[in-house]
Amino acid sequence: QDTQEKDKAILPERAEEAKLKAKYPNLGQKPGGSDFLMKRLQKGQKYFDSGDYNMAKAKMKNKQLPSAGPDKNLVTGDHIPTPQDLPQRKSSLVTSKLAG
Amino acid sequence: FLGAGGGNDIQWCFSQVKGAVDDDVAEADIISTVEFNHSGELLATGDKGGRVVIFQQEQENKTQSHSRGEYNVYSTFQSHEPEFDYLKSLEIEEKINKIRWLPQKNAAQFLLSTNDKTIKLWKISERDKRPEGYNLKEEDGRYRDPTTVTTLRVPVFRPMDLMVEASPRRIFANAHTYHINSISINSDYETYLSADDLRINLWHLEITDRSFNIVDIKPANMEELTEVITAAEFHPNSCSTFVYSSSKGTIRLCDMRASALCDRHSKLFEEPEDPSNRSFFSEIISSISDVKFSHSGRYMMTRDYLSVKIWDLNMENRPVETYQVHEYLRSKLCSLYENDCIFDKFECCWNGSDRQVESLSLCTSDLSNIVMTGSYNNFFRMFDRNTKRDITLEASRENNKPRTVLKPRKVCASGKRKKDEISVDSLDFNKKILHTAWHPKENIIAVATTNNLYIFQDKMN
Repeated sequence: QDTQEKDKAILPERAEEAKLKAKYPNLGQKPGGSDFLMKRLQKGQKYFDSGDYNMAKAKMKNKQLPSAGPDKNLVTGDHIPTPQDLPQRKSSLVTSKLAG
Repeated sequence: FLGAGGGNDIQWCFSQVKGAVDDDVAEADIISTVEFNHSGELLATGDKGGRVVIFQQEQENKTQSHSRGEYNVYSTFQSHEPEFDYLKSLEIEEKINKIRWLPQKNAAQFLLSTNDKTIKLWKISERDKRPEGYNLKEEDGRYRDPTTVTTLRVPVFRPMDLMVEASPRRIFANAHTYHINSISINSDYETYLSADDLRINLWHLEITDRSFNIVDIKPANMEELTEVITAAEFHPNSCSTFVYSSSKGTIRLCDMRASALCDRHSKLFEEPEDPSNRSFFSEIISSISDVKFSHSGRYMMTRDYLSVKIWDLNMENRPVETYQVHEYLRSKLCSLYENDCIFDKFECCWNGSDRQVESLSLCTSDLSNIVMTGSYNNFFRMFDRNTKRDITLEASRENNKPRTVLKPRKVCASGKRKKDEISVDSLDFNKKILHTAWHPKENIIAVATTNNLYIFQDKMN
């Protein structure tokens, strides 16, 4: 009966796992493994390619934009930045609303 | 719900709420840390915009014996600014990850605040007098025409409106390749540690150009990386002892007397797992998001995604107590993974330590007998180690009548929902309480929702 209770506890988790695998069949076997942790370590990484930037700026249509480099594990920018997209360097700021 | 103080129930009442009412929350306003100072007189918050706001408790009004002093804004300053590391193409957020107060030694107050890369020591001092009656300067600071100076006088200090100034006294930079998750001040009050994903450094509060690496878990080959450091804390009494937790649910206790580099732990705390129970989510939900020593240092508490565990430092192979925070989420893990909520880092805290506890229970000799932690839907939970009872409360502006006891909340996990219960599917997962703090001496708690700070007190008399 003890194992039955344990099964009951684990059943929702396994059911959730099955749901996830059904949605994303290519999901890796090791969720806590290298890829996942590497992504965590690389938070904040913003790669910038001036060539890509200038091409986007010139609005080149029908031209193949450069693809990701050989090392596919490294996170590169999601999109080619344009002048409008670049985040403005924030200067000193408004007072916190907690102090209001 | 039995609290400290010999059989009296703690009845929590709304006291104050700080922050904007509107639902449109600016990123910068997201509260990222909350911390009382050692006396409880000051309460600091840090936010994603790199700002620190400090509240001060007003002196108790003798005529108003039914409530403790309110917290009002004392000081606010910009602690960290956003940076860009051009050499590494790395954007460095100004978000304040942690604030830790130093014990007060003189009139000024000191705190450490840290973002992902840089720790700063801030001095907060009061100025309530200013010199007046200079010979060569007017009162507004302009220099007088020397030919009009015909007498000599000595400037005197006269009272002025209180001004609170914050100034950065030390900047501890360039010691962390990865993102700082914890800072902890040693019981020697001279040194402190800072921990990032892979390394822990030891600093002296007076010295900014040097720090000692005491833990390094970076593998030679990054492909072999299996776990990261998630939190670290010094022992409250033993100045050579500290612990650090990992993304795999383990806690390592290290003794700095053993070697300069504490790569080999003195103790390893880990709960055995039945391999047949393993699922895709097991490791993720076992990741420890916070670790806190009890006041005596005999116990420590860890928070993982679904539970709080109490460990006895003398027993490494399993926790002595486990409290389920929101077990009903186990059947929602798929969607919580998809919306990233499964990676939320909840903190936990102990009750204050100065109350004398008269209960006969073994664990009360520690004076750490209540655990508090946050959940979703702006709910937060408390567990009483003595009575084994728990309570769920909500931080909401709807409950804001002072001195009215908060109504306990209940989540209906399955089956027919009773009146006043809320079903799991109705929970708002955007309303998370990640940061809570308990006054060191009194039953006053600070609870941070996304952008508001709630203060609750127990009902006196």
